[in-house]
Amino acid sequence: MFSLAFMRHAYLAGTFIAIICGTIGVFVIARNLSFLTHTLSEIGFAGAAFGIFMGWTALSGMLIFTVISSVIVGQMSVKQSRREASISAISALFIGLGILFLSLSNQTSSYATSILFGSVIGIAQADVIRVAVLSGIVLLVMLGLYRPLKFDSFDAIGARVSGLWTTAISVVFLVLVAMSVSVAAQIVGSLLIFILLTLPAAAARYFVHTVSKMIGLSILFALVGVWLGLYLSYVTNLPVSFFIAAIECIFYFAALGYQRLSVGS
Amino acid sequence: MTEPLIAVQHLAIAFPNNPVFKDLNFTINQGDFLTVIGENGVGKTTLIRALLGLVKPTSGSINYYPSKKATKIGYVPQFRNLDQEYPLTIEDFVGLNIRGWLPWLTKAEHRQVNTAMSVTNVKKIKQRPLGMASGGEKQRAYLAQAIVEEPQLLILDESTASLDNEMKYELLDLVQNLNQTSNITVLFITHDLPLAQKYADHFLALRPGQQEYGTMAGMSIEQLKEVSDV
Ligand SMILES: Nc1ncnc2c1ncn2[C@@H]1O[C@H](COP(=O)(O)OP(=O)(O)OP(=O)(O)O)[C@@H](O)[C@H]1O
Ligand SMILES: [Mg+2]
Repeated sequence: MFSLAFMRHAYLAGTFIAIICGTIGVFVIARNLSFLTHTLSEIGFAGAAFGIFMGWTALSGMLIFTVISSVIVGQMSVKQSRREASISAISALFIGLGILFLSLSNQTSSYATSILFGSVIGIAQADVIRVAVLSGIVLLVMLGLYRPLKFDSFDAIGARVSGLWTTAISVVFLVLVAMSVSVAAQIVGSLLIFILLTLPAAAARYFVHTVSKMIGLSILFALVGVWLGLYLSYVTNLPVSFFIAAIECIFYFAALGYQRLSVGS
Repeated sequence: MTEPLIAVQHLAIAFPNNPVFKDLNFTINQGDFLTVIGENGVGKTTLIRALLGLVKPTSGSINYYPSKKATKIGYVPQFRNLDQEYPLTIEDFVGLNIRGWLPWLTKAEHRQVNTAMSVTNVKKIKQRPLGMASGGEKQRAYLAQAIVEEPQLLILDESTASLDNEMKYELLDLVQNLNQTSNITVLFITHDLPLAQKYADHFLALRPGQQEYGTMAGMSIEQLKEVSDV
């Protein structure tokens, strides 16, 4: 399997993606932002289509769209009551835009499916390098901001009264989420991106109870899903995103079951 | 001995259509145990938020000595919506308040966390997820988090409201001990006049448009009731 260049590329890129999604996911769950990862993936789809329409890479289009909109959406979500409806409206608009850009760019429908559902075959060395660089940036910023981000995510009230710059932290964090969405969409596709950003972290918090252990376990769940998913996709010739989704769901429901058992006993 | 820590002069705070204070004056000295009493909605939490710099005064001044920047404040807020699913252990929760840029805690910082946990009596249950802790244990964990950076001023906003009697006294004994042994200045907001009378050495009684500040010595609970309207 590793004699094929694209499989090596897929494994390398997948490893980076699993690491950043596992890490960011812990904070996404703690900050109750699962809904935002859905919206961002739809916006990412439109961005990718826009990128192709403009003759850039799908990744650049995605980055531009998701980073700009994450900041705007983040500001809006401060007002809880307005959140639900306006977010659905935004999602609808961006899915529509994505479809529009794709049809304008005269691409075959296989392009659309690879953006939506991800693809292993298309990953070139240049893609791997882009994924690695972006992941590196996300991880470095996370490390630099680790303590304030942890405080604000796990005790927003305490962080605010202790004088942390909580607004600045949220904005930076949303940009990191947007970057992770764009990077991860390269393999799992924009439709299923929220899986890697939410399920591993949501499962991890049932097993371990410190932030560092949650990050470790969440990365592990994400890695197993991506590695095993790529392998199964390779041997069965079925889409990798299906396997990743299935594996992460198994982890998540196993975690729920574990929680039931340990509370019941 | 009585060095001032905070002087509040002619403080006025108003929300749209709601003048909370017009002319509030009092001084908190270092080592004081000041209780702020008054009925619901009179502005106790607003006063604290102004002291913390989270609400801008409409007029008047709040002066810290030597400066606000140099004064470390530990705060136990009135409301914290941590549900049963809250995942962090008590130890990790207490450590959240340690400042710094390293992703992990140093040995010295671990010692700080340990000290705060033993002072507040939660060390035995430090591995327990905070969501599973009882109301009293939660309040002690909050207190531990507030004191982990060794503040000079500790502010408790109705931290005893959800506790039964025994737990209330247990928590305030801990606070009193910090006040006496480490000379931490305490600002304690409460509705509970017997509690205020037992532990505080000064009181600030707030009533709409009025205030009374004084030393607790010689005050009976009836007198407190009269000045605070509670
Ligand atoms: N951000 C705000 N905007 C507008 N009005 C506010 C704001 N915060 C507080 N108020 C009003 O100011 C008044 C004082 O509120 P505050 O929370 O300080 O009362 P409190 O004395 O702490 O009451 P409680 O005992 O119920 O905690 C109330 O009438 C409240 O509605
Ligand atoms: Mg209050």
